[in-house]
Amino acid sequence: MTIELATPLGDEILDLKAGDRVTLTGMVYTARDEAHLRMQEEGFPFDPEGAAVYHCGPVISGETVIAAGPTTSARMNALTGFLLDAGVRTLIGKGGMSADVLGLLEGRAVYLAFTGGCAALAASRMKVRGVWFEDLGMPEAVWALELDHLPLTVGMDAHGHNLFGDVAARAEAEFAQMFPK
Amino acid sequence: MHTVTDTHLFRAVSDATKKALEIAETHLPEDVTAALEAAYASEEEPIARAELGAILDNIALAEETKRPICQDTGVPVIFITLPPDIPYTPAIEEGVRDGVTRATASVPLRPNVVSPMTRANSGTNCGEGMPVVHITPGDTFMLTVLPKGAGSENVSRIAMLLPSQVDNVRRFIVETALEAGGRPCPPIILGVGIGGTFDRAAFLAKEALLEPIDEMDTFEQQICDDVNHLGIGPMGLGGRTTCLAVKVKQAGCHTASLPVAVNIQCWAARRATVRVIL
Repeated sequence: MTIELATPLGDEILDLKAGDRVTLTGMVYTARDEAHLRMQEEGFPFDPEGAAVYHCGPVISGETVIAAGPTTSARMNALTGFLLDAGVRTLIGKGGMSADVLGLLEGRAVYLAFTGGCAALAASRMKVRGVWFEDLGMPEAVWALELDHLPLTVGMDAHGHNLFGDVAARAEAEFAQMFPK
Repeated sequence: MHTVTDTHLFRAVSDATKKALEIAETHLPEDVTAALEAAYASEEEPIARAELGAILDNIALAEETKRPICQDTGVPVIFITLPPDIPYTPAIEEGVRDGVTRATASVPLRPNVVSPMTRANSGTNCGEGMPVVHITPGDTFMLTVLPKGAGSENVSRIAMLLPSQVDNVRRFIVETALEAGGRPCPPIILGVGIGGTFDRAAFLAKEALLEPIDEMDTFEQQICDDVNHLGIGPMGLGGRTTCLAVKVKQAGCHTASLPVAVNIQCWAARRATVRVIL
């Protein structure tokens, strides 16, 4: 069963469990490494309360989203705390995030995984609504994108469950059996 | 034997580069799509099936709308075969740069190439020494592009193993996939270079990614099975399919060395070859 979510997000995200399939509708803000650094220094160009931050460096042409799949979230592991402290309720990306981030999510936010590389699919569900920090270049700028039912998987929930972590732990164990030291 | 002017050469190579990029960025090779469809058919985990389903929908949508398959349109790696009657002049690499610049506007591609230390973006997907162009002799004038994304490139590895560690080659390759986990957008393809020198091994690993993935030898199949046993699954969310194929290339090496390079390729294994028409 697919759970429908819409931004701004509130406490409904606390009911989500790792492995749930959801769709997200409403505004999201893209941010990669450079945008995180800039927002840490200068503050948020958008209202972070209940916001969704999307780890994505899109290809935009004029007002059109050409391609906008997720980037590797782990690069932002050490840059995430201030977003959650400011009220951001979900991080969207691919590949999952660190144990530290899992701790930071506890009781307040979730990590949603969008299928890596699915840029054409993502673009078909998005509209451009604004942009900040364009001097950082197209991929690193903060883009306001309006989503229409983007399909996502809850990768990390607000109660310490991490689908990526479970899979990685099983893979480690399998590897140790295959190649004993 | 006809004479080829630099102007002709520049224009022909530029057109071929642009055309190859337009195909590669929006249309996945048949062997790769077939492997993804087979993975979808054999997958039982609901999350893994949903991930593979999204990938297949995305491929169809990119094809239909002529939009890039992935927003990381990569950095173009170019392979050219040059017949004996075509002069090897700087016009060839200049033509490639022009073709990449034009494709960046026409597809459009994300401007990915920056200066390594200042991080200043050129806006054209060209930079000092970029794109990488490999030219080898051949019978026909062909140009292949391999747009390479960073997610999978960043978790690629090279090891200078000891000659006594031949048995560790397989372990190193599987361990590279293990450490990469969900980050390179699995299901992945592994390009492996064994032997040569430090740089040659890395080149062979990249070159292996040009090989069709619909067949593997026993060694390649064994490593592919090992990686799939890890259960990392599509996007690292668990499942049967972590690796679509392993392709290995070898070269002779120093008796005291055993270089092994593993170049990881995401599921969006984009490559296209076109004839350069003069």
